[in-house]
Amino acid sequence: MTNVTTPNGFKLDNAGRRVVVDPVTRIEGHLRVEVNVDSNNVIRNAVSTGTMWRGIEVILKGRDPRDAWAFTQRICGVCTGTHALTSVRAVENALGIAIPENANTIRNIMQLALYVHDHLVHFYHLHALDWVDVVSALKADPKATSALAQSISPWPMSSPGYFKDLQLRLQKFVESGQLGPFKNGYWGHPAYKLPPEANLMAVAHYLEALDFQKEIVKIHAVYGGKNPHPNWLVGGVPCAINVDGAGAVGAVNMERLNLVSSIIDQSIAFIEQVYIPDLIAIAGFYKDWLYGGGLASKSVMSYGDIPEYANDYSDKSLQLPRGVILNGNLNEVLPVDLHAPDQIQEYVTHSWYKYPDEKRGLHPYDGITEPNFALGPNAKGTRTNIEAVDEAAKYSFLKAPRWKGNAVEVGPLARYIIGYAQGKPEFKEPTEKLLKALDVPVTALFSTLGRTAARGLECQWAVHKLRAAQDKLVATIKAGDSSTANVDKWQPSSWASQAKGAGFTEAPRGALAHWIKIKDGRIDNYQCVVPTTWNGSPRDPQGNIGAFEAALLDTPMADPNQPLEILRTLHSFDPCLACSTHVMSEDGQEMTRVTVR
Amino acid sequence: MGAATETFYEVIRRQGITRRSFIKFCSLTATSLGLGSMGASQIAQALESKPRVPVIWMHGLECTCCSESFIRSAHPLVKDVVLSMISLDYDDTLMAAAGHQAEAILEETRKKHKGQYVLAVEGNPPLNEDGMFCIDGGRPFVEKLKEMAEDAMAVVAWGSCASWGCVQAAKPNPTQATPIDKVIRNKPVIKVPGCPPIAEVMTGVITYIITFGKLPELDRQGRPKMFYSQRIHDKCYRRPHFDAGQFVEQWDDDAARKGFCLYKMGCKGPTTYNACSTVRWNGGVSFPIQSGHGCIGCSEDGFWDKGSFYERLTTIQQFGIEANADKIGATVAGAVGVAIAAHAAVTTVRNLSRRKEVPDSNGGDKSNGKSA
Repeated sequence: MTNVTTPNGFKLDNAGRRVVVDPVTRIEGHLRVEVNVDSNNVIRNAVSTGTMWRGIEVILKGRDPRDAWAFTQRICGVCTGTHALTSVRAVENALGIAIPENANTIRNIMQLALYVHDHLVHFYHLHALDWVDVVSALKADPKATSALAQSISPWPMSSPGYFKDLQLRLQKFVESGQLGPFKNGYWGHPAYKLPPEANLMAVAHYLEALDFQKEIVKIHAVYGGKNPHPNWLVGGVPCAINVDGAGAVGAVNMERLNLVSSIIDQSIAFIEQVYIPDLIAIAGFYKDWLYGGGLASKSVMSYGDIPEYANDYSDKSLQLPRGVILNGNLNEVLPVDLHAPDQIQEYVTHSWYKYPDEKRGLHPYDGITEPNFALGPNAKGTRTNIEAVDEAAKYSFLKAPRWKGNAVEVGPLARYIIGYAQGKPEFKEPTEKLLKALDVPVTALFSTLGRTAARGLECQWAVHKLRAAQDKLVATIKAGDSSTANVDKWQPSSWASQAKGAGFTEAPRGALAHWIKIKDGRIDNYQCVVPTTWNGSPRDPQGNIGAFEAALLDTPMADPNQPLEILRTLHSFDPCLACSTHVMSEDGQEMTRVTVR
Repeated sequence: MGAATETFYEVIRRQGITRRSFIKFCSLTATSLGLGSMGASQIAQALESKPRVPVIWMHGLECTCCSESFIRSAHPLVKDVVLSMISLDYDDTLMAAAGHQAEAILEETRKKHKGQYVLAVEGNPPLNEDGMFCIDGGRPFVEKLKEMAEDAMAVVAWGSCASWGCVQAAKPNPTQATPIDKVIRNKPVIKVPGCPPIAEVMTGVITYIITFGKLPELDRQGRPKMFYSQRIHDKCYRRPHFDAGQFVEQWDDDAARKGFCLYKMGCKGPTTYNACSTVRWNGGVSFPIQSGHGCIGCSEDGFWDKGSFYERLTTIQQFGIEANADKIGATVAGAVGVAIAAHAAVTTVRNLSRRKEVPDSNGGDKSNGKSA
């Protein structure tokens, strides 16, 4: 290849200088990205490589399906809980288990609390340093910073003294010469556009958000016992409710409900008075930087989530939108079916796995994957010291999932585009309000910035849904229903000898589904197709590129040795590589166990 | 705020550590690194002049739950740990730099801070496929791990992945994921197991080193005794219900609503060493048993391969015997334990290292064909 156009409409040219970013940091897991830049330092080819594999699905084979949530939850500790929820839904789907209303509500509370936490931490701790120059904050005038903060939000921590103290602490930190996590950052890079005062305000909120995020997950501790990795249950939720009488202190009681309620109030204040005003303020300085759209303006997908009614996974019940948009046709939202063999398929032509026929894709129910790590003939370096991968051959531990053969983007922006296309007011109205506040056209959504903005809007949506879900739980208890688990099919002896099912959620990062086959009370086959596999996917046999690769194209770099623009766009997807690099081996061969002594 | 400019030495002196203890710490560190007496004085000099101890936090095969747990620390706040206590110079999850700029920090740290930095490891290296199931900077993670361990002052294994192998090392361990002390052979590794470990236990271990100027006392398995010498069951607030024979029989039954003991629902509290029932989680809000689910034993070696999380412990027979040597005073409690275990045991003593069938399962053998 030097100059080709992919079937999904992207021009690739790998003639120019190759730039490698490995490791990509401020993500979950291990990711490598290589790009080719032309003589003007504009990205003309992009190659995304997942560089880890853990084999969780091989490990699941033969185990008790009721345990699968705990294993799959350990796929990811950042979006903790969402895999577990997907897993219990898959098992319940396979075995025909209906859960009580309260269990559905508590699961929604868990999932929404994850959204609020995950989006907030992503914005401040994984993404902000792509837009915020920490060192520049030292030059800020604390009084002007205070005026700026007070002009955009009623948040009380905004006095000149507060910002002055913080600046002093930051100054001592920088003068110590030990910059810690800020060491070797891209400070002073021309792509940073914020004035010093906005930088100082953002650094203050980086630290405040670090303090505050730990409060949000106390909701998981109440209903799930701990966070990260709270506990779940096939058939319901493990926590019992008892607001009256003997033993109430050993269950979800009035004090626990009050604790959750108070955290929700604090979260609403933080999201609306800190996160959203910061997002708008920062975006205002970057609205000319509208690169990174990639697949967003073409093909996006969402499975939907947050069922209003227990056991009802129809479009009507799902509060997050569901469907597929292809080729930018916002007039038609196509239905998605996890069980249809011709819809979701995974390819491995460019993945470090083996299929009998690699031209074909396989539906997850029939998925096979055998690891097959090998570099292509045009790779540079050696097998254990890779300088450049060969994207014409296999080059990633991610498979290439496709919906009816199409590469799609998933995640908050996909959900907002679908909600917008469906004309749902709760997605359309805040989006239009934000576009108006920034004075940008609707097409500005199809960008790195659009992805980051959609995540913020969704965080605000989620924190209000969280309030509604908690209120619903209290109302249901008040109406006399305290049930949290259905144990009719708890014992494996009550199960059919063979069953299969699929479960789905919208993880914070996008569409997530698990497929399970159960045989004689044991897991016979387990497959996960996760958001970052969709977004970070390598090429398929037709040459379609995935969302990461597409989004990086045509972006100018100020200095290819300082990959700030690449990080900015990759981070806008909130990549999670431990999630995306999984595999099920049909044979599941036992490897020699290590005994180094 | 003044803490930001104090040196490591000043901080520990302020905590009442004598100069003699400090020098001893430096000598021991130098010896463990094979640096000799010259090394000891270099380390002492560095710690006397350096405000904060450099920490290199590397990630192997893992899920990042340890990092997520770490930032949940309520006391101390992780903000204060990072700004005033340690110098977190490398951490893939939080650091601003990427690619070459990130790699350069590793090289610089080895050169400039030889014997003076703490290596904290989250996750573990896979050894199959020449280590290339976890690639970092184009190279096997295991190689980078060994290089960074070579010149570290101390090595901390965060979580069950680094300590024992955890989920990716569960049978059949397709990547040959390996605990870090199996590849770092020449120096002690402080194991802080749990999936993840409790936030305040993690910051507790780090601040112990800074506060007392020495490494924490470890048990035979390498875990800090202060957090891992008692079982969940020893300090569980539902323990009186166990002793009284009051058990949850099925999910959401009356006993569950009353907060009775979860032993019959598969709770692994009696065989799990961790601080959950005392320190608790998320600023002390709860822990798994308090929120109605049994302990799954996530800080124990090989906990994924000890049968279903809902299968009753049958090795609790050992409980009464161990009780004499350990913390459980009341012989009555031990007797109850034996009686219950005898009642509960469907089979005789099981080999806990092997995967088993659920007693009620109606199927024959169809697990992975290797175990059971």
